[in-house]
Amino acid sequence: MNDALVRFDQVTFGYGDRTVLDACDLNLHAGERLGLAGANGSGKTTLLSLIVGLHRPQHGQVFVLGRPRQSEADFREIRGPVGMLFQDSDDQLFSPTVAEDVAFGPFNLGRSRADVEAIVARTLAQLGMQEYADRVTYKLSGGEKRLVAIATVLAMEPEVLLLDEPTAGLDEAARQRVIEILLGLPQAMLIVSHDRDFLDHTATRRTRLERGRLLTLPAP
Amino acid sequence: MHHVPRSSGPLLDRIDPRGRIVAALAFSLLAAVANRPATVLAALALAVLGTAISGLRFGTVLRRLAPVNVFMLLLIALMPLASGGRAIGSLGPLHYGEEGLRLALTIAVKGNAIVLMLVALLGSLDVTTVGHALNHLRVPDKLTHLLLFTVRYLDVLRREYERLNAAMRLRGFHPRANGHTYRTYGHLIGMLLVRSLDRSERVVAAMKCRGFRGHFYLLDHFHFSRCDVPFALAALFSLAALAWLEWL
Repeated sequence: MNDALVRFDQVTFGYGDRTVLDACDLNLHAGERLGLAGANGSGKTTLLSLIVGLHRPQHGQVFVLGRPRQSEADFREIRGPVGMLFQDSDDQLFSPTVAEDVAFGPFNLGRSRADVEAIVARTLAQLGMQEYADRVTYKLSGGEKRLVAIATVLAMEPEVLLLDEPTAGLDEAARQRVIEILLGLPQAMLIVSHDRDFLDHTATRRTRLERGRLLTLPAP
Repeated sequence: MHHVPRSSGPLLDRIDPRGRIVAALAFSLLAAVANRPATVLAALALAVLGTAISGLRFGTVLRRLAPVNVFMLLLIALMPLASGGRAIGSLGPLHYGEEGLRLALTIAVKGNAIVLMLVALLGSLDVTTVGHALNHLRVPDKLTHLLLFTVRYLDVLRREYERLNAAMRLRGFHPRANGHTYRTYGHLIGMLLVRSLDRSERVVAAMKCRGFRGHFYLLDHFHFSRCDVPFALAALFSLAALAWLEWL
């Protein structure tokens, strides 16, 4: 059990007196794509933010990449290897141009300028988006923004991907494109989604968050 | 990674944005402190020349000048009434003074010269490039990032406003001059503020997830190229000529 990339040990978290996670256990192993379903407001996004240290558990412990994570310094170490895709791409893309946004993460990881330029080119090419490099992020369509947001996460060369509603608000073509991209990636993933058909295509294992507990669902 | 974007004006676009910003700033300062009619007129002539070279469309230039000149007209109409000097006309107890008119006209010419030169030199740059150029000119990080973030999220905010506004209209809201309207707009603005705050928190969270520790890196690099030499020389020469007209 200790080789899990992400592990929750009896994690409890709440806002005020509302408990969102009640002594939850969770495991995510290499090669897995774990689908996480649950009603609106059931705490799926909160669960993701606990993994990357945007929130801290009130009880229990979060293990990421084999080590317990408690302080901001602990979590800083994992912000490269654990990539998080936000629900609203406008939250994620803040740089003026696509190339700069993709470069933001690698720069923060201390890569050299030459490295960063190579990573940007490679990542955009991987998603077939070379010609987007100099486009202005706020002028992109919703689908394009989502793909660029995926590029910004992949540019950090993560081992684990946390995806918050990756297909929400996309048209059919963009949704298909996202599914293809995700299926082609080797990383372990935790995918939050309401889109059952999407999870059927992508998830290797499924769980559901209900009244603070994680329930195991039958494999698709 | 990428270089100066081309939007309009083939000649000026090849010139380093940093040079354009410095030249525009120096010109504005000189034009603003100038007092002699010859200097002021020469500045206007330079600005017109610059605009002609910039290749901007005439309509665009006029649109940018319009708001300045509404203010200038007001100045020309009112300033002579308040200042002394020989009266060139009177309307009842009000005297229209020569001195005031001269001052108001000087201000109008200076104002137009400055705006024209800014439009010519900076009008074809997009805000993003201006932000980067400012950063390379050692303007504090906080200020340039404020500028770039504003540009980035202005449109998001505008769309949020439009969605809220549309939703209000769909529920039969018509703005009128009454308490209900003011209260509704109050709620709308309050909601925009709350949402902006929420969004800024999500943006910071997303940035932290990508390893942000308070430092930004810019990809853009500007290069001082051969095209910049004639521009720099022309700018230096013109500014020196203006200074000579004013002080010698």
